[in-house]
Amino acid sequence: MGRYVIRRLLQMIPVFFGATLLIFLMVHVMGDPVAGLCGDRRCDPATATRLKQEFGLDKPVGQQYLTYMGNVFVGDFGTAFNGQKVTELMAAAFPVTIRLTLVAVVFEIVIGISLGVLTGLRRGRPIDTGVLLLTLVVISVPTFVTGLVLQLLLGVRWGVIRPSVSAEAPLDELLIPGLVLASVSLAYVTRLTRTSIAENRRADYVRTAVAKGLPRRRVITRHLLRNSLIPVVTFIGTDVGALMGGAIVTERIFNIHGVGFQLYQGILRQSTQTVVGFVTVLVLVFLLANLIVDLLYAVLDPRIRYA
Amino acid sequence: MPEPHQPERAIAATGAGGAMDLAASEATSLERTPTGPDGTGPARSLWSDAWRDLRRNPVFIVSGLIIVFLVVISLWPSLIATGNPLDCDLARAQKGSAPGHPFGFNEQGCDVYTRVVYGTRVSVTVGVCATLGVALLGSVLGGLAGFFGGAGDAILSRITDVFFAIPVVLGGLVLLSVVTSSTVWPVVGFMVLLGWPQISRIARGSVITAKQNDYVQAARALGASHSRLLLRHIAPNAVAPVIVVATIALGTFIALEATLSYLGVGLKPPTVSWGIDISAASLYIRNAPHMLLWPAGALAVTVLAFIMLGDAVRDALDPKLR
Amino acid sequence: MTSSWGDPQNPLEPANTNEVQGGKILAMIFRGLKRYDPKTGEAKDMVAESIETKDAQNFTVKIKKGWTFSNGEKITARSFVDAWNYGAHLENNQKNAYFFGYIDGYDKVHPEKGEPTAKTLSGLKVVDDTTFTVKLSQKFSTWPDTLGYPTFAPLPKAFFDDHDAWLSKPVGNGPYAVDSYTKGSQMSLRRWDAYPGEDKARNGGVDMQVYTDNNTAYTNLMAGNLDLVDDVPAAQLRNAGSDLGDRYINTPAGIIQTLAFPFYDSEWSKPGREKVRRGLSMAINREQITETIFQKTRTPATDWTSPVLGKDGGYKAGLCGDACAYDAARAKQLVEEGGGIPGGRLRITYNADTGSHKEWVDAVCNSINKALGKDKACVGNPVGTFADFRSQASQQQLDGPWRAGWQMDYPLIQNFLEPNYFTDASSNDGKFSDEKFDRLVNEANAETDDAKAVTRFQDAEKILAEKMPAIPLWYQNGSAGHSERISDVALNQFSVPVYEQIKVD
Repeated sequence: MGRYVIRRLLQMIPVFFGATLLIFLMVHVMGDPVAGLCGDRRCDPATATRLKQEFGLDKPVGQQYLTYMGNVFVGDFGTAFNGQKVTELMAAAFPVTIRLTLVAVVFEIVIGISLGVLTGLRRGRPIDTGVLLLTLVVISVPTFVTGLVLQLLLGVRWGVIRPSVSAEAPLDELLIPGLVLASVSLAYVTRLTRTSIAENRRADYVRTAVAKGLPRRRVITRHLLRNSLIPVVTFIGTDVGALMGGAIVTERIFNIHGVGFQLYQGILRQSTQTVVGFVTVLVLVFLLANLIVDLLYAVLDPRIRYA
Repeated sequence: MPEPHQPERAIAATGAGGAMDLAASEATSLERTPTGPDGTGPARSLWSDAWRDLRRNPVFIVSGLIIVFLVVISLWPSLIATGNPLDCDLARAQKGSAPGHPFGFNEQGCDVYTRVVYGTRVSVTVGVCATLGVALLGSVLGGLAGFFGGAGDAILSRITDVFFAIPVVLGGLVLLSVVTSSTVWPVVGFMVLLGWPQISRIARGSVITAKQNDYVQAARALGASHSRLLLRHIAPNAVAPVIVVATIALGTFIALEATLSYLGVGLKPPTVSWGIDISAASLYIRNAPHMLLWPAGALAVTVLAFIMLGDAVRDALDPKLR
Repeated sequence: MTSSWGDPQNPLEPANTNEVQGGKILAMIFRGLKRYDPKTGEAKDMVAESIETKDAQNFTVKIKKGWTFSNGEKITARSFVDAWNYGAHLENNQKNAYFFGYIDGYDKVHPEKGEPTAKTLSGLKVVDDTTFTVKLSQKFSTWPDTLGYPTFAPLPKAFFDDHDAWLSKPVGNGPYAVDSYTKGSQMSLRRWDAYPGEDKARNGGVDMQVYTDNNTAYTNLMAGNLDLVDDVPAAQLRNAGSDLGDRYINTPAGIIQTLAFPFYDSEWSKPGREKVRRGLSMAINREQITETIFQKTRTPATDWTSPVLGKDGGYKAGLCGDACAYDAARAKQLVEEGGGIPGGRLRITYNADTGSHKEWVDAVCNSINKALGKDKACVGNPVGTFADFRSQASQQQLDGPWRAGWQMDYPLIQNFLEPNYFTDASSNDGKFSDEKFDRLVNEANAETDDAKAVTRFQDAEKILAEKMPAIPLWYQNGSAGHSERISDVALNQFSVPVYEQIKVD
């Protein structure tokens, strides 16, 4: 187990370099950011050249990457175009987004898995159909519409929530944004849990447990659910990273200044420093989340062993 | 116990790891399996059993009919819509339904009904093809990785990590902005490229669980080959989560097409699609919800049909539910 | 009070701010030699006591006594000269450096190629504490009227001594002083009580809050969490009137939207194509689009300037003539006479990330398609990012028209014409070039009599009507909404709220 974890941690090194290089190249391919900085009126050629020098854009891309990585190793993630240090941006954005992701994941786990268990046990009953219809609504209406409608109803019509999240982004203000963010994933988690439960409830060990006269509750939580969770855990694990980086729409609607917002802004302004910096951290989050998921496999299913 | 070899090839031909292709090529596997080469008859495979179940399943029949209908109007939209989806008149913008225009008009004054009908082709193509691609690529790679483990698994898993890390917006802006083609294929390709790691993860996870099962161990002890183990014993038991995720993903791909269009890198006008209309209508949700309702409704029905189909296929494949 | 804001793209230096969000702040914390009257747009002396010239080329600037920066430093002639020298110098990477391009010696501090050979502009000379002289490299009679642009603001010593500290908390000489600035989320401005000017702030201060989506800001305004939104989202225009009543403001601004054409492409520049361009212009039903899509926050354009200039300033309704009036039949005929659309399909390029351009581009295309009787003659061509769009347009990579907008820097007809259509001018991305037009503009600039200068410019503009290098679409209004807590809200001609006049109840 210990060796497995160490091996996985070592594997992170090539992934780290691969991902940063890939993102670096992608931002590079997008073209010349200076044109955007100059606005509707192009900068005079002399200033444009100067700006390119300042951001190091005049060097070959390989050299740019090496310089950048060299700086990263001494903790310097560079500067965004508005003169702000990328590390400063990260320090402001990540705590907010981590809280938002947390809220979303809790929703996925609590609501998603409960609905999944419920529908899995009552397949074909009205509640199953009802949840299916709800799922369809969530999938077919884009997130931003769900977000806008909730914002308008809860925030303006009924005045239950603040339509936007304040700069400090406390947890209670993040409840509705978290729900919106989790909505599509909720559909996945519910359906996945439902299928797994339905499949496993006829398994021998469940029959055995029932035959032993264990209380229904215990059979469901201890035996049935635990064995049904592997696909669900896999999904949530991969989703954590997606939620953190992909909250662009939700963060926009509720004016949350988190990772999604910074990343989107960085992409639109083609700021290599911002984008690569944020994505690098996101890659690390993915790697850790996946390591945890793989370790959880062994916890959920004792037959799985890592050496 | 040696068994006739023929059925297995039939399974291989249907690509047992895939999810959607099962449904698509159900007919093939039916035709081939029962009539073995030596006419031994009822050495019925799991797949032919499944097909027998499916034929009697009303859920399958209903969803199948909806899908056939969608395919038909994708091919011949003029069968049920006589108008021109590009005939727009601002004077009618955002108006409700009128005689001959049951769904009303959108923000440009185009007929919503005609656009929903004409949008079917592109949206269904994007959804189905992206899902097929993602499911095939993801489940094959993920399944193999989960089954064999070791270095290949480690490499594949780390590659998926890298792919996960690419923000969709960045990927779209970079990869799709260089494309000038106005067909759906770049968009589909992009979705497959960014979508397969998810299915791959799921497939890998379920194969890891499935391969621990007693019957797999037993088959292995009896000397079954890798391919036999994977296709015959593991795949049918590991395919359920893939089907679930893939059928929902079908809807999200159609919706993602909307997001890409919104970002200006998706399908370009004069292409007509539900996604384009949904993203345009979303802005006017307060004033003219009907503009959103109809294309989103069409999307919902499509997703419903595929979810039901996926459910039916999954049930049919699960002997425990018989 | 609180107001919506957008994250400025560049550091908040006066000569480095080229977009409206940064400009908003500069307008609150700086006062230059001149200031444009928020109502009439007339350039009035602010810090300047007088700006005099005899030959439209040599100017003597006298500044008023008693002005200081909010940190107490006295404003002298040097505050201006140092600031301008800083802004013009190549090595300071100031994006608005070309605004100093009229001053003599600019080519030495900001050469087009190579290293600068001078540290300061030779055309600027400090005479005494309150006087400096400016020599221009060419005649430009209305030059003093350009000095209300924030780029020409004075800068305190602190700016040069501790640049980073200044950037994190800018110090200026306007009615407001920066209290705190959290980059990317909020800037708190407070009334500067010792402000020497007459336009003192009538409220205690403004908290500028960064919104990434103006729709959220608008929703927050309706929920009562925000006092002022100075950019009502296009999709909400339809209900803004019923949501806000008389708290919805719709004021003309010095912004014109056009479709520019690529003259570097021989398909578009060859003789006869002006008929196609005129035809396309006539195929656009401006009336209907401004009414339906924009809910009258745009006015159909009939010249290449803006109504905010006023008649005396050079705006002339109808200068474009028939070519800007909708006439589908004539449009079709003209396009055919001109040889049809080059390549058979008109692709209007725009950026998809900001400004909701899709709606109007689609509407323009539908209008053209209807007029020409072909349903795919014109299509929108979105580009993912503004940066990409701008680099394609400024590097002459587009083969069809693109959306071009012009927000005036100062209310002069010169500013609408010269940067856009003069040969090789800074914003002439389409590379339009016409000898007669250039000559008339030069003559107009040299004219010392304002009225005559304006007439000359209008003569030049008539050439645009003939050649149609860009199709004028509509004049843009500023639209804003505010809460019940505040009153006396108005937008100036740059569609920026006049913050200092706002009263908080």
